[in-house]
Amino acid sequence: MRADVQDDAGGRPLLVDVQGLSIGFAPAGAPIVQGIDLAIQAGECVALVGESGSGKSLTARSLLNLAGDGARVEARRFRIRGQDARAFREVDWRWLRGTVTGLVMQDALVSLDPLRTIGQEVGEVLSEHRILRGRRAIDARVIEVLGRVGIPDPEIRARQYAHQLSGGLRQRALIASAIAGEPDLIIADEPTTSLDVTVQAQVLEVLAQRVRAGAGLLLISHDLAVVGGIADRVIVLRDGRVVDSGTTADVLTRPRHPYTRGLIDAIPSFASRGRRLGPASARSPDRIAPLRHPPPARDDTVVLEVRGIAKRYARPAGFGRRALATTALDDVSFDVRAGEVVGIVGESGSGKSTCARIVLGLLSPDSGTVRLLGEPWSRIRETERRRLRPRLQYIPQDALSSFDPRYRVSEIIAENLAGLRPAARAARTAELLEQVGLRDDLAGRYPRSLSGGQRQRVSIARALAAEPALIVCDEPVSALDIGIQAQVLDLLCDLRARLGTALLFISHDLGVIQHLADRVLVFHHGRLVEHGPVGEVLTTPADPYTRTLLASQPRLEYGLPRHAH
Amino acid sequence: MNASTHPSGEATAALAPADLVGLDAARIGVAPGRRTYPPGIAAAALFLAVLLAVAAAPTLFTGYDPLTGNVLEGLKAPNWEHLFGTDRLGRDVFARTVHGARYSLLIGLGGMAISVVAGVFLGILAGLRHRLLDEGIARVFDVLSSFPGVLLAMLVVTFLGQGMVNIAIAVGIAGIPKFGRVVRAQTQLVRDADYVTQAAVYGLGRGQVFVRHVLPNVLVAISVIATVYVGSTILTVSGLSFLGLGPQPPTPEWGVMLAESRDVLRVAWWPAIFPGAAITLTVIAFSTLGGYLQKRFEGRLA
Repeated sequence: MRADVQDDAGGRPLLVDVQGLSIGFAPAGAPIVQGIDLAIQAGECVALVGESGSGKSLTARSLLNLAGDGARVEARRFRIRGQDARAFREVDWRWLRGTVTGLVMQDALVSLDPLRTIGQEVGEVLSEHRILRGRRAIDARVIEVLGRVGIPDPEIRARQYAHQLSGGLRQRALIASAIAGEPDLIIADEPTTSLDVTVQAQVLEVLAQRVRAGAGLLLISHDLAVVGGIADRVIVLRDGRVVDSGTTADVLTRPRHPYTRGLIDAIPSFASRGRRLGPASARSPDRIAPLRHPPPARDDTVVLEVRGIAKRYARPAGFGRRALATTALDDVSFDVRAGEVVGIVGESGSGKSTCARIVLGLLSPDSGTVRLLGEPWSRIRETERRRLRPRLQYIPQDALSSFDPRYRVSEIIAENLAGLRPAARAARTAELLEQVGLRDDLAGRYPRSLSGGQRQRVSIARALAAEPALIVCDEPVSALDIGIQAQVLDLLCDLRARLGTALLFISHDLGVIQHLADRVLVFHHGRLVEHGPVGEVLTTPADPYTRTLLASQPRLEYGLPRHAH
Repeated sequence: MNASTHPSGEATAALAPADLVGLDAARIGVAPGRRTYPPGIAAAALFLAVLLAVAAAPTLFTGYDPLTGNVLEGLKAPNWEHLFGTDRLGRDVFARTVHGARYSLLIGLGGMAISVVAGVFLGILAGLRHRLLDEGIARVFDVLSSFPGVLLAMLVVTFLGQGMVNIAIAVGIAGIPKFGRVVRAQTQLVRDADYVTQAAVYGLGRGQVFVRHVLPNVLVAISVIATVYVGSTILTVSGLSFLGLGPQPPTPEWGVMLAESRDVLRVAWWPAIFPGAAITLTVIAFSTLGGYLQKRFEGRLA
């Protein structure tokens, strides 16, 4: 490894050499980003890691002079490919974009022009910068680049529009447009955050190929595990300042700052089972010890019994298209016992959410039955279901949209406290807020003025209000920053140990399931391909799809030097 | 809002070694403080407040009778005695303008109320799940909006006859599709909103969900549009009165006043300018205020 580092230092050109970078907006206001040193060599991947608002995107964009209107960018040294960028005029920057640097943004759907084909989009940089002349030459290069990023049938895809492509293909098309001009430096801002793990692995591989081909890569992410496998060096940002930096192995094994330690500890995996992901709670230091091994409050009562449920969606024939039926769910059976956490993993379109909606009684299965607490639940009328409704609750991914925008926190929780007198209701609301770690003066606030983590806590409090036997959690942490995710997962573990509520936990993140679940169900194309205890299924999978999933999972260990293991 | 007093209630921050909580708190929105209004909005609101007062008690603002005047005193230019001058029949233009506020506001608001009530009813009916009903009502909206508003109102007045109530009904009917379509779209949006699904998970009945979640959120959207719409209703009403389809002379309605002043416009500008200005200012005030409300409530709608 030592030899490796020296190799890196030897002779390769410095693409970016920035020292003492600070970016601010208001003339007198404090800078948002301060004192950042950043150097990227050719053939090297540097990762900027930090949570929302840490200034990582702003820092990266300043390298393209895209920090935003009114941004004041100052630096002791600001050199791009050896030239002093502080003296650049707009013309110079425009030339730089696309030829020297390419930018890959997070949301490919909004980053690609809906009125232009993928081919036009990718070809634009070539014609704009006169890298190639002539339609034929450009078309040929476009198709070649689309193929290089792993898009199948590039000739067909080049003629399609962004909305006709799946999320993974769109993201790859965006990368294609960023690398079409063969830039020396690629800046990728959370390029895989909204993607399924297998697609994420493919996208990261495409970027890694460019690095091997000699390009520099600045990868921005909130997740250390994602960057671990690809980055040579990691810079950890917090509140606009560098708190840690060094080679990936160094930062991951010997973090200098407690914040980095916290970020690493926050990554859920098998290794984190039974311990807290987030910082210890000051409210209950005495409870830490028992929480290390939450007592399995589980008994053999079957809370939920799902037998052979199936659902098909029919799309009626429309203008210029044939009728189409898709099987969303095919013959799925499983049980959830009292106090048990059952994880469901699968990619988008695997039927996870359809399954959740059927379990919640929001959707009726075409065949099969669901029984809740031993009583029939599916294919009965809603009025018959109502009696058992409080026993089954729901925590959605997007907490905010699940709150009536006119309701305050207290009203949201109180709505699920049917049949209590106002005084008892207020007392119970306060108790629930305390249980999920929210101060009671938040009760009068509107959820839109709360942070993401707080909203999810309100959502949990609301579900607990009904004292349910089972809570269906549909990706409850996947929209949260890693640190907030850690807190919410800790809270769920804690509550589950204390209250013995069973959870049906849907996630595309294997790490979360490994951390939390007792048993796991693996969904693929609407079928339950594998199920069993987490320790078995996610270590020695029998199904080839589960193996693919596991192989795609970003892991911290990948960032460590091989021989260290 | 700094980390030590952050209102997240996540009391873990103080002792947390890695203080991940602090970041969560840092992203909370700005605390609600004292709000300042742009001067234009304040002016519009003030104008409408005065207008309401004038409409409610016109005699507090003028001692002259709007209906009688001394013909010998006709067409006097604005002076200290008659601030807005006098019209051909010697009636005080200021008094007529002041008394006219009541008619314009009443017909404008009345027409709007008819549009809103009918539009909300039909829009919600269409926005709920029944497909045939939706198709039928949507076509009704199409037919209604295929006529220009003024033309449709004229048609209705032709059937119902002239007069204040009829003209309110006429502009009311013309405005139905405007509200109906928005309500329909909003109902469809709200009925599929996550918080409605969530209410079903609580075990609330359909009726309860509708009353607690669907209806209020649909109405929030409407209230804003209605404010903007009052202005254009008043404009339509004035136009119809000008054409002689609304209240009849000598009623001091602004449109009627404009029509009456048309013949003397060559010699006297004041009988036309003041009611005209009253209409313009009222329309602008409502539109400004409505536009402002729209911006403020945009984010809160489902």
